[in-house]
Amino acid sequence: MIKRKISLALQHVFLMTASFISIFPVFWMIIAATNKSVDITRGTLVPGGYFLENIKAVLGSDLQYTNAFQNSLLIAVVTTALAMIVSSAAGYAFVVYRSKTRDRVFHIIFVSMMVPFAALLVPLFRLFSKFNSLGPLKLIGLNTVASVIIIGIATAFLIFFFRQNAKSFPKELIEAARIDGLGEFSIFFRIFMPTNKAVYAAATVVTFMSSWNNYMWPLIALQSPEKRTLPVVMAAMGSSYTPDYGMIMTAVLIATIPTALIFFLMQKQFVAGMTGSVKG
Amino acid sequence: MRKREMSPKRNRRAWVFIIPSVILIFTFVFYPMIQALITSFQAGTGNNLEFTGLSNYKRLLGDATFKKALSNTLLYLVVQVPIMILLALAISSMLNNKKLKFKGFYRTAIFLPCVTSLVAYSIIFKSLFAADGFVNVVLMKINLISEPIAWVTHPIWAKVLVIIAITWRWVGYNMVFYLSGLQGIDDSIYEAADIDGAGPLQKFKSITLPMLRPIILFTTINSTIGTLQLFDESMNITNGGPANATITISHYIYNVLFKYSPDFGYAAAISYVIVVMIVLLSFIQMKVGDSND
Repeated sequence: MIKRKISLALQHVFLMTASFISIFPVFWMIIAATNKSVDITRGTLVPGGYFLENIKAVLGSDLQYTNAFQNSLLIAVVTTALAMIVSSAAGYAFVVYRSKTRDRVFHIIFVSMMVPFAALLVPLFRLFSKFNSLGPLKLIGLNTVASVIIIGIATAFLIFFFRQNAKSFPKELIEAARIDGLGEFSIFFRIFMPTNKAVYAAATVVTFMSSWNNYMWPLIALQSPEKRTLPVVMAAMGSSYTPDYGMIMTAVLIATIPTALIFFLMQKQFVAGMTGSVKG
Repeated sequence: MRKREMSPKRNRRAWVFIIPSVILIFTFVFYPMIQALITSFQAGTGNNLEFTGLSNYKRLLGDATFKKALSNTLLYLVVQVPIMILLALAISSMLNNKKLKFKGFYRTAIFLPCVTSLVAYSIIFKSLFAADGFVNVVLMKINLISEPIAWVTHPIWAKVLVIIAITWRWVGYNMVFYLSGLQGIDDSIYEAADIDGAGPLQKFKSITLPMLRPIILFTTINSTIGTLQLFDESMNITNGGPANATITISHYIYNVLFKYSPDFGYAAAISYVIVVMIVLLSFIQMKVGDSND
């Protein structure tokens, strides 16, 4: 009994240490955002009264933070919305309309999950720069937000994710809808989508977060200052030789709020959805 | 169930669902993959490329920076991934204990790092561990060190810092997967082990690990792929420095493409090294993961 109590106490010590280490950098970011740079380097841990000043510095920076925030938001929202339709339609169809050919197509798509993005960098850069001189395709060429959106719409991960979850969708529901005279598209949009809200919620969290945090491709594809996204602008602020920590941490804090909100609002569905796709 | 032929109309409808994704993935993944392979046999500056056979791959063998990038990436893989997975496993099996209090708090706290973006947390860590940063100030105040540690500019400390940072960001993420896997294990198995007098370590080894094997395999492969592609951290915590001591392969590809005069062929050849490594390592891990039955 005593042995068990000691073991439990040790576990609490371990978990508290882990929690402290996990929380501290985030806590420090918030403290730093409210303080002057000099106070931060002195090691202060009390909230200061400099938050508004820091915000002004962020908004007034010649790195066009507000612009970057809008670009990031536009890219993340549009990518997520389109991905939820395009990738989920494919994942759904691979299950509901199973055939040998389509199974083979799925396996090929699945392999693309292992392709490292760095390997695509060279050809993608050249492909998109070609688009710039190809008439209407210049709408998705380099230096357009569309060039970032378009490569995030269909991903092997999302298709796999929706396919795993569509497996547990009852076939009887589809049959019944067909007898009622519903077309194939209506079945997908009006029956599958509304009955799988939790799955879509989890996929939304994942897609929005990865789009919001995407750094490498926007860094390369969006070269002109007014097209940049938040991670690119934050990185530029962070690499300054004379860092204004208060301003930088305020910029980081503002950029973290949307993903933190989305995650904590949808925490339950996220965990449930992720689990379903690993087990299947 | 009787197998019925799908009507041609329905078959066409099915393709309509799939085609947009197929076109996008072929245009933006498979076509570039093939292009990269072709380009890796070419050399020249900018878009003036000529076929030069294996010259890029031969150049790799004598490239000191590439060797550094490769060994750094492998070091992160061999050191960081096991530490992270063991920590995540330990934490999640402790949190699975029904009698444990404050479970919700611990879980949320340890997952918190995952809401920060890769660039954001890189900047936070760079600032915390700066020469005049918070960590050094505290260590000096409590007299643990007499002069600041050069976290960012010392070749070994910089590697340690990158490993600490990545571990901080991803332990909670992996924990979520293990926790949901642990919920699927029947409590009666643990109770039976208790009656047989099994200790916590023994239970972990003989029940938890084997039951979680598919999920551990999934997270290991995911972490391997992620580690081989590390970029944001290398760029934003240490900028690959000092003297390339922390540069990763992806970061080196970026430098070859955009820092010096762009060398598409050479960058493509380096990127194929990652492709081969990911395919090989995933294959080995799947074999190891399946053969322990």
